[in-house]
Amino acid sequence: MTAHALFFYVFSFIAIISAIMVTASKNTVHSVFFLILDFISISCLFILIGAEFLGMIMLIVYVGAVAVLFLFVVMMLNVAQQKNKWFAATSGSKHIPVGMIVSLIIFFELIIVIGGWKFKPDLINNISNLNIPTTTNTHMIGNVLYTDYIHLFQLSGMILLVAMIGAIVLTFRQREGLKRQSYIKQISREKKDGVELVTVKSREGIKIDV
Amino acid sequence: MFEIGLGHYLTLGAIIFTIGVVGIFLNRKNIIVILMSIELILLAVNINLVSFSIFINDLTGQIFTLFILTVAAAEAAIGLAIIVVYYRNSGTIRVEEIDRLKG
Repeated sequence: MTAHALFFYVFSFIAIISAIMVTASKNTVHSVFFLILDFISISCLFILIGAEFLGMIMLIVYVGAVAVLFLFVVMMLNVAQQKNKWFAATSGSKHIPVGMIVSLIIFFELIIVIGGWKFKPDLINNISNLNIPTTTNTHMIGNVLYTDYIHLFQLSGMILLVAMIGAIVLTFRQREGLKRQSYIKQISREKKDGVELVTVKSREGIKIDV
Repeated sequence: MFEIGLGHYLTLGAIIFTIGVVGIFLNRKNIIVILMSIELILLAVNINLVSFSIFINDLTGQIFTLFILTVAAAEAAIGLAIIVVYYRNSGTIRVEEIDRLKG
């Protein structure tokens, strides 16, 4: 139990520090790196608490796909050189103190809610009645996900398909003056269009007009 | 102190959520960092769902986390595509200069 507490504090400390660095870092590339570190430590926490499948999925999806996508866009857009001060507000801007006040209010509200809630009494009885799981976490998730939540699962697949098509449509650009292969032209070309038979006269040759 | 319960994980989620909100409010650099702050907020929500799911011993929270993960990936892809198109059209993605809607 002490080891659990130690690992929890280490990983959550790394997660909080890297989350602060994501927002406070001057270089956007560094922000993406700290975002990757944040996801890794949170997935370590998930594995620590017993949700192994979600921890691994988080590593694959976030660190493997989303963070690399962010990094790709940051390096493609050349914004890494746009170094600005974090609090570089324009003259007379009031948004920073207001934003800080609203954020602090949100934080204290969350802390009050966390400190003051409790379970419903019959829920406690239900928890004590539950049996100890015998199979792995992945097995149990699969049992629930492909039976009770199958429609939501397929719907999320549709969401991913729509997102993929939308991203392709948004960033697609038809460039001018690009030479590319046209299959229908190649196939529909015939012999009389391309080849011409000429009878060459002796000692005169032919003139090629190209 | 050494007994890690549900409250510790919820506090961690609250702290990361607040950091994400602060990142959205105070950011003046570029809009990519705002997208990353949104990812942080979704991560905090995932922490809450997973910790409740573990401590109540009910798998529904983890299923929901899976769906939130899907939506977050789709949102990141679409948002970055919009940013690429905007940068191509106007040449900047600084938050202060994106004022075409006069909001």
